[in-house]
Amino acid sequence: MNRVQNLSLIGALAGVLAVFGILNDQYLSLSNLAVIGQAVTIAGLLAVVQTAVIICGGIDISVGSQAGLAAVVSSMVFAWTGDGLANGNAFAAIGVAIVVGAAGGVVNGVIIVYGRVNAIIATLAMLAAYKGIAQLISGGRAQGYLLTNDLFIFIARGSVLGVPAMIWILGIVALLVHLLLKTTDIGRNMYAIGGNAVAARLAGININKYIISVYMLVGAVAALAGIILAARSTAGHPTAGSEGLELKAITAAFLGGCAIAGGKGSIGGTLLAVTLLGALEIGLTVVGVNPFWQNVAQGALLVVAVVIQQRRTGDRAVGLPG
Amino acid sequence: MQAPLLELRGINKSFGPVHVLRDVALTVRAGEVTALVGDNGAGKSTLVKCVGGTHQIDSGEVFYEGNPVQVHSPRDAAQLGIEIVYQDLALCDNLDIVQNMFLGRERKRGWVLDEPEMEALATATLAGLSVKTVSSVRQPVSSLSGGQRQIVAISKAVLWNSKLVILDEPTAALGVAQTAQVLELVRQLADNGLAVVLISHNMNDVFAVSDRIAALYLGQMVAQVKTTDITHAQVVELITSGRSEGLAQ
Repeated sequence: MNRVQNLSLIGALAGVLAVFGILNDQYLSLSNLAVIGQAVTIAGLLAVVQTAVIICGGIDISVGSQAGLAAVVSSMVFAWTGDGLANGNAFAAIGVAIVVGAAGGVVNGVIIVYGRVNAIIATLAMLAAYKGIAQLISGGRAQGYLLTNDLFIFIARGSVLGVPAMIWILGIVALLVHLLLKTTDIGRNMYAIGGNAVAARLAGININKYIISVYMLVGAVAALAGIILAARSTAGHPTAGSEGLELKAITAAFLGGCAIAGGKGSIGGTLLAVTLLGALEIGLTVVGVNPFWQNVAQGALLVVAVVIQQRRTGDRAVGLPG
Repeated sequence: MQAPLLELRGINKSFGPVHVLRDVALTVRAGEVTALVGDNGAGKSTLVKCVGGTHQIDSGEVFYEGNPVQVHSPRDAAQLGIEIVYQDLALCDNLDIVQNMFLGRERKRGWVLDEPEMEALATATLAGLSVKTVSSVRQPVSSLSGGQRQIVAISKAVLWNSKLVILDEPTAALGVAQTAQVLELVRQLADNGLAVVLISHNMNDVFAVSDRIAALYLGQMVAQVKTTDITHAQVVELITSGRSEGLAQ
């Protein structure tokens, strides 16, 4: 079933590439494919960890704001440790941003587990709160200038073996999460918690620890995405580039085969879906479609993805969906 | 007669103002099926959850293999060799048979799950219990029938070299043929030397497989007798009124 899903995603991706390739002969050029890859990276990182949290039966809507917060925090730390604008310590900037991200994730997890707040409500609230914090500490303005540092320049523009550095980062994170999910007992327990939380608890799995940890992972990786975003746009801005990423990440996860109820999903499927979204987005831009249609297309895709999921699980259409 | 594997003395348990278990005593022996009967709300499930570590007892003593023990969590119970198969089938639909049988206790090689070993052990366990109804141990549990699911749940309990298996209403939702399969498996467990506690509402099941019957009535243990010493009607009387005329205690 998973294979069928991935095959249909590959089919859709091939279709999108073919259609836009015919409409615009620059679309399939290597440089444009690299553009697609880079555009996909930041949403891809968020989608990968979103997949992990959805597998556990949760969801994290706050990822976009967490990335924005990390963008601001990393560039402000970089500025402080340097001359007030740039030339600071990149490792400190990255480290502090990731620690803040992880802490934000723990806050999400604690609210959900101990506050007994529904994950959608909790992370929706934190979507607003983290965005507000990022705007408060930055005064709503872009902070610092990152491209005086070799590490940030490498993250933004560097490449290894012809592949952009940020795609390497996505690849490594995706591979690690994939291995965690598929080959370790931790991953197995995550699927179990999403599949049947009661059974998981009776089997002696400490569900609270898992839920808080997975939100912490999301926070840390969202921070990484925010750092890449800041490096790419040369400075950390509280909302530019990060606003709306949660929609992309969640759409990719569901399109890639995650079940809303949890217990299902794979990193491979999510990566295919996020690539499909990226190819579609760049394609629409290349052929000159009004960019406002992008949002319509993305919202429609999320609905389509969930409708397909529901049809496949064979849920009977009686009453309101739970 | 051999010493009991599990002995409970004076167990009390309350939930707020509700006194669910009152000075309950229970003796369970290896190689026997002890049927635990009682009406809804008599405290059967609570008693089982206390033994399994899901609930903590308020007072009372638990002896396991003759030694006093304290069970604070399901993990403690598992360590002692106590396994509970819950009424609501604690299986994950999205996982396959092997994954379910090893849930929470996966075999690993270093960091990585040892799938071949788990698969081999699961297969061997099912074979040892003469289970023939499942065709592949890699089937997802969602594709199994109610009886097959129950058999997987019970086999999961046996996999852990457990000494005491507690079954909470294992046949409640099953058809006739599936019930027979599950009861056969229950008998097989006891014949393999395990102690089995069978909670059931169904007198046919109780008389078909049990060696002893323990009856709870409003949180009190009103009788514990050999199945051969009691009649169907007497058990029903115990369940409904807590007493039975002419029953040799």
